[in-house]
Amino acid sequence: MIETVFTPFQSLGGGALIGLASVLLMATLGRVMGATGILAGLMQPANLSDWSWRAAVLGGMISGPIAVLLMTGQLPAVQVPVSTTMLVVGGFIVGVGVTFGSGCTSGHGVCGMARLSPRSIAATLTFMLTTGITVFVVRHILGA
Amino acid sequence: MRVLTSYLIGLIFGVGISISGMANPAKVLNFFDVAGTWDPSLAFVMGGALVVTFIGYRFILKRSAPFLSARFQLPTRRDLDLPLIGGSAVFGVGWGIAGFCPGGALPALGTGRTDVLVFVAALLGGIIAAKLLQAKLTNRAQAQA
Repeated sequence: MIETVFTPFQSLGGGALIGLASVLLMATLGRVMGATGILAGLMQPANLSDWSWRAAVLGGMISGPIAVLLMTGQLPAVQVPVSTTMLVVGGFIVGVGVTFGSGCTSGHGVCGMARLSPRSIAATLTFMLTTGITVFVVRHILGA
Repeated sequence: MRVLTSYLIGLIFGVGISISGMANPAKVLNFFDVAGTWDPSLAFVMGGALVVTFIGYRFILKRSAPFLSARFQLPTRRDLDLPLIGGSAVFGVGWGIAGFCPGGALPALGTGRTDVLVFVAALLGGIIAAKLLQAKLTNRAQAQA
């Protein structure tokens, strides 16, 4: 386990930017800013125009840490306190879950919750609960 | 125009994720570790994102159409079903194991770290496996009908 510093202002500001991006994507393309949907649609695009906006959003996302590097002189912190096996197993499980659940933290947790969608509220409450249970089991029962 | 706009929106999202701490699994997992090294930052990320989106959507969705597209494409279903709840429950288990969610991991690719690539590759594997399974389940349901 790695101790992290409580960053209320950065987190609030970063969150506001995530919200701004969600509002702008709805205002311009009329789309939900969901990482799962954008990624899944890249693999099965309806047509070239549908593929190109998704690829551009993904390209912008990946440029985010580089923009932070240019502005602040350092890359954002990425600390991975789990093993490679846990990254692979966790990643696969996340992929299965978000596909059946039709969304993740961005699509359900931000965009859907902001529309007060009953499905997104139920999905968000469900994954927040199972994530909490999983972290407790992994850290305090299995001791990983 | 659509491509440039999309890129800039992705960039704002990526910078937001980077600043907020969502791209950092240590910070994400600590939010859920109330019994251990608790870091409440994630609540501020969700709070900031939700307030801005809630207010922004109120104005935007009053319009008849978005600026660069013919219509808004919003999910219309309101019913709760097993795939939604079961899938979300499964997603949480994976998020709790790895510490990355898709929205956090995609921008984190920009740091060039191998462990982020490993997670995203596994994520894509899971999405493809689930799509194949979904297609199989749909075929079976159609065969029975």
